[in-house]
Amino acid sequence: MEALVASAVGIMTAAGIFLILRRRTFPVILGLSLITYAVNVFLFATGRLALDAPAVLNKYEDVPYTDPLPQALVLTAIVISFGMTAVIVMIALSAYLSSKDDHIDMTAQDCVDGAGEDA
Amino acid sequence: MSLFLIAALPFLGAVFPALLIRAGRNAAASAAGLTTFLALMGLLIHIPSVMRGDVVTARFDWIPALGLNANFMLDGLGFLFALLILGIGLLIILYARFYLSREDPMGQFYTYLLLFQGAMVGIVLSDNILLLLIFWELTSLSSFLLIGYWKHLPEGRQGARMALAVTGGGGLAMIAGMLILGNIVGSYDLSVILQNKDLIQASPYYMPALILILLGAFTKSAQFPFHFWLPHAMAAPTPVSAYLHSATMVKAGLFLMARMWPVLAGTDAWFYIVATTGLVTMLIGACIALFKDDLKALLAFSTVSHLGLVTMLLGFGTKIAAVAAIFHIINHATFKAALFMTAGIVDHEAGTRDIKRLGGLRQLMPITFTIGTIAALSMAGLPPLNGFLSKEMMLEETVHTTWLHSHYLVPGLALLAAVFSAAYSFRFVGHVFLGPQRDDYPHHPHDPPVGLWLAPAFLVVLVVLIGLYSAAIVGPLVAVVSSAVIGGEKLPYYSLKLWHGFTPALYMSAVATLGGLFLLALHNRGEQIWNALPRPEAKVIFEGVIGAFTTFSHWITDTLHNGVISRYAIILVAFTVGLGYYAYTTGTIGPETREPLPIQIIPFIGWICLVGATLAIMWFHRNRLLSLVLIGVVGLIVSMAFNYLSAPDLALTQISVEVVTMILLLLSLNFLPTDTPWDSSAARRWRDAAISVVAGLGTGALIYALMLRDFAFPTISEFHLANSYKGGGGTNVVNVILVDFRGFDTFGEIIVLGIAALIIFALTEAVLGTNVRGYLLNRKPHWPQSGDSHPLMMVVATRVMMPIALMVGAYIFVRGHNQPGGGFIAGLVVAIAFLMQYMASGYTWAIERQRFYYHGTIGWGVLIAAATGIGAWFNERPFLTSDFGYLHWPPLEEFEWATAILFDTGVFLAVLGAVMLALDSLSRFAWQPGMAQEFPMDINPLRDDQKDDEEKEQA
Repeated sequence: MEALVASAVGIMTAAGIFLILRRRTFPVILGLSLITYAVNVFLFATGRLALDAPAVLNKYEDVPYTDPLPQALVLTAIVISFGMTAVIVMIALSAYLSSKDDHIDMTAQDCVDGAGEDA
Repeated sequence: MSLFLIAALPFLGAVFPALLIRAGRNAAASAAGLTTFLALMGLLIHIPSVMRGDVVTARFDWIPALGLNANFMLDGLGFLFALLILGIGLLIILYARFYLSREDPMGQFYTYLLLFQGAMVGIVLSDNILLLLIFWELTSLSSFLLIGYWKHLPEGRQGARMALAVTGGGGLAMIAGMLILGNIVGSYDLSVILQNKDLIQASPYYMPALILILLGAFTKSAQFPFHFWLPHAMAAPTPVSAYLHSATMVKAGLFLMARMWPVLAGTDAWFYIVATTGLVTMLIGACIALFKDDLKALLAFSTVSHLGLVTMLLGFGTKIAAVAAIFHIINHATFKAALFMTAGIVDHEAGTRDIKRLGGLRQLMPITFTIGTIAALSMAGLPPLNGFLSKEMMLEETVHTTWLHSHYLVPGLALLAAVFSAAYSFRFVGHVFLGPQRDDYPHHPHDPPVGLWLAPAFLVVLVVLIGLYSAAIVGPLVAVVSSAVIGGEKLPYYSLKLWHGFTPALYMSAVATLGGLFLLALHNRGEQIWNALPRPEAKVIFEGVIGAFTTFSHWITDTLHNGVISRYAIILVAFTVGLGYYAYTTGTIGPETREPLPIQIIPFIGWICLVGATLAIMWFHRNRLLSLVLIGVVGLIVSMAFNYLSAPDLALTQISVEVVTMILLLLSLNFLPTDTPWDSSAARRWRDAAISVVAGLGTGALIYALMLRDFAFPTISEFHLANSYKGGGGTNVVNVILVDFRGFDTFGEIIVLGIAALIIFALTEAVLGTNVRGYLLNRKPHWPQSGDSHPLMMVVATRVMMPIALMVGAYIFVRGHNQPGGGFIAGLVVAIAFLMQYMASGYTWAIERQRFYYHGTIGWGVLIAAATGIGAWFNERPFLTSDFGYLHWPPLEEFEWATAILFDTGVFLAVLGAVMLALDSLSRFAWQPGMAQEFPMDINPLRDDQKDDEEKEQA
C-alpha cells in the first residue's frame, strides 16, 4: 500500500512540476492543483497509513486510532488551497481579459513598458 | 513627575499642533510650547534628588523575554541633556513661531519638532540600551522630517536624505555594537552594563563593540569623516538648525560617548580612536568654517569643530578632561543656539545670509549685533565669556596629553584649531556687522520683533553670567553631571574660574586670539589660496557611492527578477532538488521498522486510474477541457484514498472542494482559450521533464521511506487522542483539533480564506470597470450554446434537492464534533446547494433571490469565531478556550453542547461566504444583457438556430 501512495505522490509531483514550468496560465493552474494533491497526500501520509482506524473515539471498546494531527492540518490545507486556486484563476483570467494574452512570462518589452509606467 | 510621563509628553503633545493649527498659528505654537513647558517642569522638580546625586528610576517590563524593558533613569548626565533639549526646545518653539512664514505649514513643523524632542528625551532618559536604540532611530527619522521640512527645496530633500543615510547607517552599526555589549554583560540595562567595566574591557568582543558603537556616535555627532551631512542639513529652516545642530541631535553622539565613558573609556583603543577623530574633526571643521560664505554653513562647520573638541576631550579618558567636556557641552549649547538664531534673524531681515553680501549691519540692527557679537566672542574663547572657560580647560588638558610619545602634537594642533576658531568667530562679527554700511541688501535690514530676539537674548545673558559666575551658576550642575559621567567616582580637583594665573593655557589662548585676528586680516589672500586648492567635495562622493549602490541593486533586481516566471519556478525547483540531494547524501536513515500494508485489488485499480489520469494530463494538457476532466478523476481518487485510509473527514472535505473547484475552473475556461499552443522547444520540454521526474522521484522516495519508519520522536498526537473527549468534549478528534486544540490556527485560516475571496471580488470589480466589460459583452462563446439554457429537469431537480441539501449540511455540521463532519465540510456542502441553483436557474435568477451579501457572511463568520474566542476571557481563560457540558432533555438522548460549536458556526459561515463570493464574482464575467428572464425555465429558440442564421447570412 505504501508503495502505491508513494508512487502516486511522486507521479503527481512530477506532472505538477512539469505543468507549472509551461508558459501559459492554464497549465500552470492545473500543475498547481496537481501539486496541491501531492502535497496534501504527502502531509497526510506523514501520519503513517492505517486501515479501518479513523480518529473517532469509540466509547465502548479499545480500538487503534490513526494519527489525527496530519488530518487536521490537511483538512484546512484543502480548503485554503481552494482559496488559493480561486485567486490565481481570477488573476489569470483578469490578465488574459485585459491583455488578450495568457503568457505567464514578461517579455523584455513588457519590462521596459512597466518601468516606464512606474517612472 | 514620573519619568514615563516626561518621555511620553512630547509624543502625546505632538498630536495637538497638527490639530490646533486650524485654530491659528498661535494656538499651535502654544500647544507645542505648553507641552514642552510641562515636560520641563516635570524635569525640574527632580532637581533636589538629582543634585544629591540620586538616580531617579521608573521601570516597566515591556518584553522581558528579549531583555527589552521600558526602564528610564535620570541621573546628572541625563538631567543636563534633558534640560538642554527641553529648555532650548522651548526657546526654539518661541523663535520658530515668528520665524516661519505664513506659507509654511506650522502645525506640521511643531508636530515634527515635538516628535524629535520626544525621541531625544527618550535617548537621554533610557536605562535600557534596546529602548535607547529605538529612540535613537526615532531621532534619525524625525530629524529627516525636520531637515526636509521645506519639501519644495531640492537642497532640503537631498540634505534630509543624506542625514538619514549617514545617521541611520551609523545607527544600524550601533545596534550591532549595543547587542554585543549586552551579550558580554548579560543584561541590556544600562545601569548593569555601567558597573561591568572590567568584564567588558577584558572581553575579546570589546573592540568590535567599541568600533560599532563609535560608528553610531560619530555619524550622529558629525565626526570626520562623517561630518559632511551636517552642512547639507543646513537647508532646513533655521529653527531646526538651531535646535538639531546646536543642542540636541548632534549632541546625541556626545551623550552616548559620555554615557558609555565609564565602561568603554580608559583603553588605548579608546584614546587613539576617539581623541584622534575628535582632534582631526576639530581642526578640519574650524579650517573649512573660516572659508564658508554662507552664515549657516560657517556655523555648521564650527559646530563640527566644537563637536570634535568635546569628542577629543572625552577621548582623553581622564576624569578632568571629562569634566571639561561636560562644561563645554553646556557652553556650546548656549552660544551656538544663540548664533544660529542670530544667523536666522539676519537672513530673515536682510534677505540673505551670504557674508559677501552683508556687512555694516551694526547700526541697522543694534540688538542683533549685540547678541551676535557676545555669542561669537564666546565662541572665539574670549574672557569673560563662558566659551573662554571651557576652551581654557581644553587647552590645559591638551598640554598634558602625549600622542605616540609626542608631547607637542596634540597641543599644537589644538592651538591651530583654536586659531581658526577665533578667526571664523571674528569673521562672523567683522564681516556681517562691522565695516561700512551698504546699500545693496536684498531687504531693508532692521531689528526683528521681540519674539525673534528674545530667545537668543536669553541665551546670551546665560553666556555672560556663566562666564562671570560659573562656579555659582553651573558649578553644582557640572559636578553632578561629571560624577555621573565618570561612573560615580570621586571628582578630580578643578575650579571653574576666569583667572588661573599664568598657565600655558593662558598663553595659548592669547596666541589663538591674536592669530585669529591675524588670519582674519589676511582673509582675502587666504581665500584665494583656499579656493585654488583641490578639495574633495563630500556631496559628490556621497552621491557617487549612493549611485553605485543604486546601479548595483538595479542590476541584481533586473537579473533575478526579470519577469520570466517560469525561470523563477525552475530555479526554485532545481534548488530544492539540490537541497534534497545534499540532505540525501549527507544524512543517515534508520532501518525500516514498519510492515507495509498489503495491497488490495480495489485500491490498486484506483491507483491505476490516478496514475493514468495524471500521465494523461501531462500528455494531453494542450486540450484544456480534457485535462480538466482528467484532473477531476485525480481529485476523486484522492478523496477515495482518504476514505480508505481512515480519514473520513478528509474524504468529505476533498470531495466537496473538488466539486467547487471544478465548477470554478470550468467557468474560467469559458473565457480562456480552449487550447494551449506549443510554446517551448523540444529541448526545453525534455529539460523540464527531466527536472520534474527527478523531483517526483525524490518526493516519492522521501514519503516512502517516511511511511515505513516509526516516528523518530514521540508524537504529540497521543495527547490529542487522550484529551479530545476529556478536554474538548468531542469524539471526532480531527474536528476537536480544528475547533479546540488548534482553534487559533483555524481562526487564522478562515480569515485567510475570507481575504482570498475579497481579493477575488476586488479583482472582479477592478477588471469589470475597464474596457474588458465591453469585450465580455460582445464576446462569442467558444462552444455553441444550448437553446435550452435552463433545462426543465435540472431546474426542478435542484429546487427539490435544495432543502434536502441544506438538511444534509445541517446534519454534517451538528454531528461534526463527534462524527466525521464539521463547519468546513458543512460550509462546502451548503455552498454546493446554492451553486446548484446558480447553475440550473441561472445567475440572474439566483441573485434576485439572494437576501444577503456574501461579504457579510464572511464577516459574520470571522466575528462569531472571534467572539467565541473572546468569550473565554470573561471566564478568565486564554483566548479560544472552549467549554462544554452535557444536557439531558427527555425524551431525547443525553447530548453534549460545547462552545466549540459556536466557533464552528463561524467557520461554517466564513467558508460558505468565501466559496460563494469567489464563484459569484467569476459568474459576473458571464453576465450579458437579456439574460434575465421572467420565466427561468424558458427555451430560447434563437440560440439553437444561431448556426442556421449564420449559414443563411452567408448564403
